[in-house]
Amino acid sequence: MNLDPKIPSGPLAEKWDNHRFEMKLVNPANKRKYSAIVVGTGLAGASAAATMAELGYQVTALCYNDSARRAHSIAAQGGINAAKNYPNDGDSVYRLFYDTVKGGDYRSREANVYRLAQVSNNIIDQCVAQGVPFAREYGGYLDNRSFGGAQVSRTFYARGQTGQQLLLGAYSALMRQVGLGTVDLHTRHEMMDIVLIDGHARGVVVRDMVTGEVQSFAADAVILATGGYSNVFFLSTNAIACNVTAAYRAYKKGAAFANPCYTQIHPTCIPVSGDHQSKLTLMSESLRNDGRIWVPKAKDEKRAPNDIPEDERDYYLERKYPSFGNLSPRDISSRSAKEACDDGRGVGPTGYGVYLDFKDAINRLGKSTIEARYGNLFQMYERITGEDPYQVPMRIYPAAHYTMGGLWVDYNLQSTIPGLHVLGEANFSDHGANRLGASALMQGLADGYFVIPYTIGNYFATAKTEKVTTEHPEFKRAEEEVRGRIDSLLALDGSRTVVSIHRELGKIMWDYCGMARNEQGLKKALELIPELRQEFWENAKVVGDGENLNSALERAGRVADFLEFAELMCHDALNRNESCGGHFREEYQTEDGEAKRNDEDYTYVAAWEYKGVGNEPVLHREPLEFENVQLQTRSYK
Amino acid sequence: MKLKLHIWRQKNARDKGKMVTYEVDGIISDMSFLEMLDVLNEKLILNSEEPVAFDHDCREGICGACSLTINGIPHGPEKETTICQLHMRHFKDGDEIYIEPFRARAFPVIRDLVTDRSAFDRIMQAGGFVSARTGGVPDANAIPISKKEADLAMDNAACIGCGACVASCKNASAMLFVAAKVSQYAHLPQGQPERKRRVLNMVAQMDKEGFGGCTNQYECEAVCPKGISVASIALMNRDFFKASVTE
Repeated sequence: MNLDPKIPSGPLAEKWDNHRFEMKLVNPANKRKYSAIVVGTGLAGASAAATMAELGYQVTALCYNDSARRAHSIAAQGGINAAKNYPNDGDSVYRLFYDTVKGGDYRSREANVYRLAQVSNNIIDQCVAQGVPFAREYGGYLDNRSFGGAQVSRTFYARGQTGQQLLLGAYSALMRQVGLGTVDLHTRHEMMDIVLIDGHARGVVVRDMVTGEVQSFAADAVILATGGYSNVFFLSTNAIACNVTAAYRAYKKGAAFANPCYTQIHPTCIPVSGDHQSKLTLMSESLRNDGRIWVPKAKDEKRAPNDIPEDERDYYLERKYPSFGNLSPRDISSRSAKEACDDGRGVGPTGYGVYLDFKDAINRLGKSTIEARYGNLFQMYERITGEDPYQVPMRIYPAAHYTMGGLWVDYNLQSTIPGLHVLGEANFSDHGANRLGASALMQGLADGYFVIPYTIGNYFATAKTEKVTTEHPEFKRAEEEVRGRIDSLLALDGSRTVVSIHRELGKIMWDYCGMARNEQGLKKALELIPELRQEFWENAKVVGDGENLNSALERAGRVADFLEFAELMCHDALNRNESCGGHFREEYQTEDGEAKRNDEDYTYVAAWEYKGVGNEPVLHREPLEFENVQLQTRSYK
Repeated sequence: MKLKLHIWRQKNARDKGKMVTYEVDGIISDMSFLEMLDVLNEKLILNSEEPVAFDHDCREGICGACSLTINGIPHGPEKETTICQLHMRHFKDGDEIYIEPFRARAFPVIRDLVTDRSAFDRIMQAGGFVSARTGGVPDANAIPISKKEADLAMDNAACIGCGACVASCKNASAMLFVAAKVSQYAHLPQGQPERKRRVLNMVAQMDKEGFGGCTNQYECEAVCPKGISVASIALMNRDFFKASVTE
């Protein structure tokens, strides 16, 4: 397996410029002769599809929602980072690059991250030009706020709905192209498989979710922008339909899957209330700008939070990490919450919660300021829990939120399959072992607006593949396989619902491959997952037919892939005998419980090759070379 | 709690459809309305019956997918709340609940409670954008925008495109949806160059899709989960009139 990252030569700051010059171009009159399929219409997919169509390429875009505007990028609340340095507080492209590499616990590729920081400023310009209503100051200029893991204010935001506004910007650009006839958009179409011809990605097989029809699309390149896999945990902050299927199908066809064990557990979510729960709701990390996190000092505290005096509270983040305090990075904040709860000092009915308290901020700034900053978040909290956060502290607990791992890509965002490019959360490249807040939106849009439109041209100009149509036997074969798979799912007539099996898988993953992992637990999970997979194929029940909209069938297909993918995550977590970022192996920690990295043996990207269901995947390593940043123990103390 | 549910069932667009009654038990107050439907669907599947199809995704009130009419009110009884954010603590044991799709000629039913709202996408394609190609735009701070105007733009940009405004209107008018987008751009300097053609094109597409006109009943504002004001409709009407006589 070839893991050449294709990092351009030259000094870090010049790599992208050099590369843009060195890449081959497609002349404007020839662009319409090249076609690409974009799967997914979130930030990365919509921005890529719109921009490539603007350039003149023929684009087919696919999404499984009823409209491209509903992709889960829409739910991002807090903001988007950029190195504008508008507040004059010492930010720069290099600082954003440095913070991102450090925040990722030195497990990301320097060149990719630097490029991300470079184009971050273009993103803000682009979004403002599109009419994205970012928050502004009275002087009319853009406002910034600070976010976890950074000591500068570089986060742009639109109330608590930044993801929505950025996605609607990209969606509008996409709609404009659809209206112009340059993008052929198919909604309610789910990708079922990818088609390779002569080793190149040449198309996809999809299922029309309304009619059940299985059909193919052919093109010169395929771009996956299909998001992350947090729903392997069943309960996560992801939307219900988010799944790993597109990425996993590509993996089964030969694309390397990188660092699947790097999952981000977000520290500020509303705690689980019971078994009925279908998803967890995030409370934006921006709340940590003004909220203070604490638990009672005493175990089994029974008093109401407002009755517990100051000196009996443990503001544990401020105590343990005085220079970052409540704005410590996500992995550290999440783990500290878990520690406090495991120590018996958790709050709420389940004991798995900590307080996020705004009393001091309300006293200092006034209720109206807090309302202006977080009003919609407070409202959302009250709606879900029935408690008023202006009066009593919020209760929060970590939840699965984002996955740093994903399909392996080189500097051009191409996977190990020629012609298959991967953008946004679906790839692995920029966040290392932990993503900083407000960086997901940045990466999705960087990939879509400013990276792939350049690198795809280079691919078209150099690959020079023959034209193919969906009449090619490989398409017919893939369609037959997909139909066969749908039939075998529809034939499932056991005694358990698919959702109950998904819930059980989620529990296995949360217990053994969640916030903290150890060898014994991971080995246990590797026994339990194949058993559960067998249970699925023997005892699950899927009703309905394949000719109509069938939500039970859709769910079954996605869960079937999660049941295979979960094993890959555990293999990766077991292989990585160190703690880094979101991957915390209990065996590898310092005396005071901090993560202990092993740079000597594990400064590499673990890229896995598929070897059949139930067989151990093969590990390939891409060594990570740090020429500009010195590896240090990540300290936020 | 135990509930009696009357739900619209329709196998596909060609089927006639009818209300079917179900009973669910063991519903607790912390469940969301959609989690209550999940309980029903799990039960139906185990009985070899097809689950009730409904659109939903983010379940945090922002994607705009969920679209149920509860006891005649789109998104149900709570103000400024999508159905996914409505919790069962607002219901009591023994309640009877009528659950229907968002009804409008321009939103044909696909199955059960799922409707086709692609007409909204086509209205957006007609003009719901600023034509700003990627690249070649000025620095984000080059054009100051007063906080007041930026806030007004944001108030309107908050629309989630769910279609409750249409479902609540006796004319099935999409005026609030269209006006929200028109107003967002009208409050921003970036929206000015295309301001006139935008409103003309979006309104023309809206009419073509079969949405009705506005007769000032304000039902749309009352059910809008994002609290978008009908003042936007007034702005759109002024803009439309001006554009009609000058373009």
